[in-house]
Amino acid sequence: MKLTKIALMLGIASLLPNLASASTLDQVVKKGVLNCGVSTGIPGFSATDSKGVWKGIDVDFCQSVAAAVLGDPAKVKYIPLTAKERFTALQSGEIDLLARSSTWTATRDTSLGLNFAGVNYYDGQGFLVNKELGISSAKELDGATFCIQAGTTTELNLTDYFKANKMAYKAVTYDTSGQTIDGFKKGRCDAVTSDASQLYGLKLKMNKPNSVVVLPEIISKEPLGPVVRQGDDQWFNIVRWTMFATLEAEELGVSSANVDAQLKSQNPGIKRLLGTSGKAGENLGLSSDWAYNIIKKVGNYGEMFDRNVGKGSPLNIERGLNNLWNQGGLMYSMPIR
Amino acid sequence: MATYAVKEAKPAPSTSKGVLFWLRENLFSDIKNSLLTLAGLYFLYTIIPPLLNWMIFDATWSGAQDEVVKEGARWIFIVEKLDQFIYGFYPESLHWRPNLVALICIAFLLSMKFVKNLNLKIALILAFPVVCFILISGGWFGLEIVETEKWGGLMLTVLVAAVGIIASFPIGIILALGRQSHMPIVKTLCVGFIEFVRGVPLITILFMASVVLPLFFSDGIDFDKLLRALIGITLFQAAYIAEVVRGGLQAIPRGQYEASESLGLSYWQGMILVILPQALKISIPNLVGSFISLFKDTTLVLIIGLFDILAMVTLTNSDTNWLGYEVEGYVFVTIIYWVICFTMSQYSKAIERKFNTEH
Repeated sequence: MKLTKIALMLGIASLLPNLASASTLDQVVKKGVLNCGVSTGIPGFSATDSKGVWKGIDVDFCQSVAAAVLGDPAKVKYIPLTAKERFTALQSGEIDLLARSSTWTATRDTSLGLNFAGVNYYDGQGFLVNKELGISSAKELDGATFCIQAGTTTELNLTDYFKANKMAYKAVTYDTSGQTIDGFKKGRCDAVTSDASQLYGLKLKMNKPNSVVVLPEIISKEPLGPVVRQGDDQWFNIVRWTMFATLEAEELGVSSANVDAQLKSQNPGIKRLLGTSGKAGENLGLSSDWAYNIIKKVGNYGEMFDRNVGKGSPLNIERGLNNLWNQGGLMYSMPIR
Repeated sequence: MATYAVKEAKPAPSTSKGVLFWLRENLFSDIKNSLLTLAGLYFLYTIIPPLLNWMIFDATWSGAQDEVVKEGARWIFIVEKLDQFIYGFYPESLHWRPNLVALICIAFLLSMKFVKNLNLKIALILAFPVVCFILISGGWFGLEIVETEKWGGLMLTVLVAAVGIIASFPIGIILALGRQSHMPIVKTLCVGFIEFVRGVPLITILFMASVVLPLFFSDGIDFDKLLRALIGITLFQAAYIAEVVRGGLQAIPRGQYEASESLGLSYWQGMILVILPQALKISIPNLVGSFISLFKDTTLVLIIGLFDILAMVTLTNSDTNWLGYEVEGYVFVTIIYWVICFTMSQYSKAIERKFNTEH
């Protein structure tokens, strides 16, 4: 329903001669600032700290693009958007880039006039259970009581998963996500289910965070990634390769701490990444030190993950699927050459 | 000869005065009443002590997060995030500007009470919003520009409500007069506008302003999101004011209209000098009622990504270092809303008393 509405609005929009004509790169360079759409508060992804400064893995991605294009990660204007207005804001040109934990789906990619430039976080629906149950796998959840929010996709996924595994569950249904968590807190149910990235946040909100545990099973696919307007391939390339550069840097062991030393490296992969050989930057329409700027001023993917959601943050999320491909995860950069 | 001395009146019997008497008359007059009183007392007993314990006696007011030992409210969250609750993202070095505006507001309200010269009053009323706007947004007299994206918190709540109230008032009066007009086009337009706006929820208007309008602008035109929301809220509120004022207008006896006409006053003279002063006076309670509900409705701007004080609570609760403080945040905001709304309703009572010219 929501999607139909958005599609309708975009349909109206496409009749008007107002779609981006000048290239996004030129506009961003001319303005000297990147307009980046973020959330109105998702822990670890985009939220403000006590000084009112935006922090999070999505915020770091905005900064990476600004570093690559403008050479300065501070030249970002953050535009907080609700889930309902995010795609229109991109379509209408209010923002140049949307980094707001948006799931990459076929409908969104094909019918909204948008392009997903990659995946910066592989999320999926998981389970948070009471430690007292003494279980370590979702397969042991037969007969458990769940607190669920009525009418959501999470509920559908849960039903499908239990049917597929020939298990049964009892449901305590609530209206809002807040009530659902509250029900779990008060012990009305054994488990709650939601996107894994959020479960870690929920865990911290418990009175005793160590009395609950996130199970390893992931039962749905929620690839979250940055989004750009369709029809500007150069800008799409810049955003996509910014993503790849942060991954490639981690894979090659280049971090914000050692990037200056790595400039002298003889490793051909590092030389191409940092622009000491090859023409990766020029081909994107950027300067040759584009990737150097990203890594030096923001960091590689591993650093972003750790400080925002991983070991270096209170959320303490395992890398899991978000590990590099050669370490058991799905994060794979196309080669820069 | 015995002089007649007036005997001192005996004090009223102890059964018909004093605290005990009052209690018996009002709270324990019969069995049903006594039971209700006891039930009420028990109810208060179960609510108030735990509430006070949570809010005050067991509360933590300072210190680091991991040092909290008490069970009550952890107000350290509010202390830590207070600047954001009040100013949003307004740069810290420039907080003196909203502070100054707050002082100017108080001075302005007081001056309305003491300045008697009408021309001076009108000049003040016209200058006040301009001065406030320049101070908050900057760009003039060497003040640094602060973009509207950075406005937030209580400052934004008050600003949205104030603009909505001040700007919608004259528009609402004109709409109300237009609705009463004998000119068919004016009347149709006003009725059409009022009924259209009243038939649509505020949330729809805000969505139109934030999501649909930008699609119609040609590329590169950046029409400020806050301004769009303000225009939407003002038009919405104007339709409601119009209906409140119309109620007042209809309550004025026909004779008053005829009297003003027989004095040879033109339409506008008659309205401004005779009808409106009376109509507005009797509309005050309803006007303030709708202003208070507008003040609370301003929280809806959070659905278009503007951070009023309520949205600020949600946002500050997403800080990974400060998760799980929703209750403290919401209680704090509740208190702020209550204080402001209660002040507004007391102010309206004062105005009603001031304008009360009946015998």
